[in-house]
Parts: sequence; structure tokens; C-alpha cells
Amino acid sequence: MIYAITIYGEPGVFEALPKDRQDEVMSGHRALQAVLSERGEFVSIKLMPPTSAVMVEPAASEGAAPLITDGPFSETKENFLGFYAADFKDLEEALEHAKLISSPVAQLEVRPVAWAGGAISSE
Amino acid sequence: MSDWLEATFAEQRPRAIAALTRVFRDLDTAEEAFADACLKALAVWPQDGAPRDPLAWLLATARNAGLDDLRKSRRRAAILSRHAEEFQPMPAETPDPDEMRDDVLRLLFICCHPELDRRDQIAIALRVVVGLSVDEIASGFLVKSKTMEQRITRAKKKIANNPVAFEAPSPAERQARLGEVSTMVYLMFSEGWSTSAGPQQIKLTLCREAIRLARLLVALFPAMGEQAALLALLLFQHARRRARIDEEGKLVALDDQNRDLWDRSNIAEATSLLQKAQRIGHRGVYIIQAAIAAAHACSASSKETNWALIESHYAALYALQPTPVIRLNQIAAQAKLYGPQYALQAMDPLSQELSNYRWFHAMRGGLLQEAGEHKAAISAFETVLALSPTTLECDVINEKIKISQKELEGL
Repeated sequence: MIYAITIYGEPGVFEALPKDRQDEVMSGHRALQAVLSERGEFVSIKLMPPTSAVMVEPAASEGAAPLITDGPFSETKENFLGFYAADFKDLEEALEHAKLISSPVAQLEVRPVAWAGGAISSE
Repeated sequence: MSDWLEATFAEQRPRAIAALTRVFRDLDTAEEAFADACLKALAVWPQDGAPRDPLAWLLATARNAGLDDLRKSRRRAAILSRHAEEFQPMPAETPDPDEMRDDVLRLLFICCHPELDRRDQIAIALRVVVGLSVDEIASGFLVKSKTMEQRITRAKKKIANNPVAFEAPSPAERQARLGEVSTMVYLMFSEGWSTSAGPQQIKLTLCREAIRLARLLVALFPAMGEQAALLALLLFQHARRRARIDEEGKLVALDDQNRDLWDRSNIAEATSLLQKAQRIGHRGVYIIQAAIAAAHACSASSKETNWALIESHYAALYALQPTPVIRLNQIAAQAKLYGPQYALQAMDPLSQELSNYRWFHAMRGGLLQEAGEHKAAISAFETVLALSPTTLECDVINEKIKISQKELEGL
């Protein structure tokens, strides 16, 4: 089963940490990446800060073009920062791996993937 | 644990201080109330867990702390009686985004008070909005802590004596404030980037904080292309921080920098911000400057740089801001396209206006050297030395003089 380990946090907090704390967080990520790459294919993504985002809103009416807006309005609350996706034996194994990147700046969500295509495939 | 919390406080601080300044109408009270709330958070969060909305928690706690203080303090009885009707209990939720946006803009604009000189505006923004200590700011400006302390106190007094209006600004006023605040952020970065003698690391703090404030403006005003472009511009420039000074501490000109040392993640983010700004469409001064920086960032070397594109960007910038310095930059790009003789002639009409501008003479010296006119080059470089350059600039100029002297001896 493919599981996604999704990372939420307040944008900017990681950058505000002292260097040695940043290194601590990064070493967790490097450890997870090393383990996952030994196991096979995986996907990992770190998003740029939300300030670089542009929104595509649904069209206002049928036949109209989707609306592109320059939001989102900034939220200082938790924000989607990035994710890992890889094949795990079961939930227990996925949770064990997620622990490697647990830190006070990250809320992690471990959720099974219903379908995956592209670089890793669920089929 | 406290490192993690401090990082959260630093991130929340501008918004929190902004909202508290509206509540208390006084910078010192807002700062003290926020400091109180952070202390409480240090005690409570590690036990009970951090709240889902840290800003709302900090604001509610700070407001109560500030009110308590006001009640106790006779010194501030006046503030309390003036605004008594507004001190309602604060709900534990984040303020409405529109209100938050005006609050932060107002706070930054208060720091840009017209009665303060630029450097004091920057210092007070670093102290109040960013939350740097007086010591940190003093070392960023290379002055004694005591001096900086006095300057900040004086600046706060001037602000208190002539307060900024607290009503929601009109759209025109909001636009004017945003322009003023953006200039301050830009100059904060320049102050950090300037190469007066002194440890680079300390000054780079100013650059990093300017980038954080520029990021805050983009977050608050997502539809403003100029603010996205300002952030892009600062990131493009910041990307070169490791390449602009070599191992011996010498300044390295853009043309000679090792571009492998440029920070690719800064450049990637800046590029996407510039694209976003260009989509919004408005062609202002920051968008043009960011486009110039982008043209440098995507070139493998000075030789492979699209100087024609850069020259046309400077022409567009000059149309918006016809200053001799921008014209000089345009000529610098023309020198790459049409050679030193062309550029030297084009510079002549600027010689009066820019007679005290070091870069004018340094550029002239460089072009004369390139054209083989070493005697004239030396005299131009000597003019630079007479205009009190920084130590790092001196080193560069002295080396150039040596090159021309060698050429002359060889003849």
C-alpha cells in the first residue's frame, strides 16, 4: 500500500530557526530519504513558500474560463509544506518512517493513497 | 524547546505587534504586551501543547496582559481614559484578514515616519516589527549599542508626538503607504548589502530581515505585482551573497563572480515570483529591476549575458525614473554592447551631476583601462579614492591602479 506522509507547518518558522536546529530537522529528512531510496521508488516534494502561489478558481459560469487569482490570502496557521509518498507494508511501517521527520515545526499526516500515477504507480 | 517557540514568536511578531498597536495606540505598550504573552507561552505551550492558532492565542493573551499593565500604571492612565470605550475583551480568533493587512501596513508606515531619517526608520522597523535586539541592530549598522539605543528612543518619541491616523486608510492612502514601506524595505536590504568595513555576516542579518518583510508584504497583498517583484529582486541579489566576497575577503565584481556559488533555491523562488508579478502585468520599477536581476541570474557568465535585453530594461526604467544613476547603469550595459569608447562618450553629459558619485569614476576608470588609456584611467581611479570609498572598495580600486601602472611601465 502506498502511503503519503504529508507535512503541515507555519510558513517561515523553519527559516527563523537557528542554523543548528535547521540542521537537526534536515538530518531527519536526509535519513528518511536514504531509507526510502534503498527500498525502491518514492516521491518527495518540498513546496516553495505560499507567497509564490497562484490560484486557479472554478469558472464563474458554464463556458467561462477558470479564474486565475493571485492569492491565497496568507494564513499564519498551518499550511501544506510538502509530502513524501512511498510503498509501505502496513500503517505501522509507514508511521515508523514518518517518525524520522517528526519535529516541533511539523504536523505530519500519514494517509493511505487511493491511486497514484506517474513516477510511482499504485497499479 | 525554546528555540522552536522563539521561531514561532518571530514569525507571528509583525502581525501581533501590528494588531496590538491598533489596540493600545502605543508602540511600547504593544511591545511589552507581546513580550508578556511570549513569556506565558513559554510556560504554557510545552505543557499543554501549542495552540492550533498561535497568533490568536498570543493576541488574546497579550491584550489581557497589556490591559492589566495599563490599569496598574498611572503613567498610562491617560491612554486608558482616552480609549476606554475600545478596550473590549478580545475574541480568541485571528483578526479579519483585511483588518490585519491594514494593521501591519500601518505599523510599517509608522516606522516610516516622515520626521525620521531613513536609517532611523530602518532601525525602528528592525526593533519593533522584526524584534531584533538593540545590540543586533547596532552591529548591523556598525555603531555602538548605546548610540543605537538613543537613536531608537528619540525616534519613538518623534512618532509618539505626531501619531499616524488609526482609521482604515483610503485606497489611495493605502497605495501611498505601500510604496513608502516598500522603499524602506528595499533600503533595509541595501544597508545590509553595502560593503562598509565590518563582518559581512552581521550585516547580512539586515538583508535576511528585509526579505522577511518583503515576504510579509507579498503575503498581505497577493494581488500587488510590485511587491512580488520587490521580493524577487531582493532574492535575486541575496543569491549572490557567497560569490561577491572571495576567501581573502575581497569584493568580487558581478562579471567575475563564480556563478556556481549563487544560491539556486533563491534564484528559483525569485524567478517564480517574477513570473507571478509579470502575470499581474503592471510595469513598475521593481518589476523592471527584478527582470534585470533575472537576466543576470540565468546567464552562465558575463559574456553569455543578454546585455541587449538588460540595456532595454534600463531604458524602460529610465523612462519611469529619469535619474542620472539609472542612466549610468544603462550606459554600463551599452559598454558591453558597443565598447568602451561609445560608453565613455555617453557618460560625458553626466559628469557634472555625478561628480561626487564613486561608481561614476570607478566605471569611467574601468572603461578607460579597457580602451588602453591608462594614464586617464589612473586619474579616474584616484578620484574614487578621494571620495572616501569603503575599505573593501579601496582594495579593488588600488588593484586596478596597479594594473594600469604596470601597463604604463611596460610601454
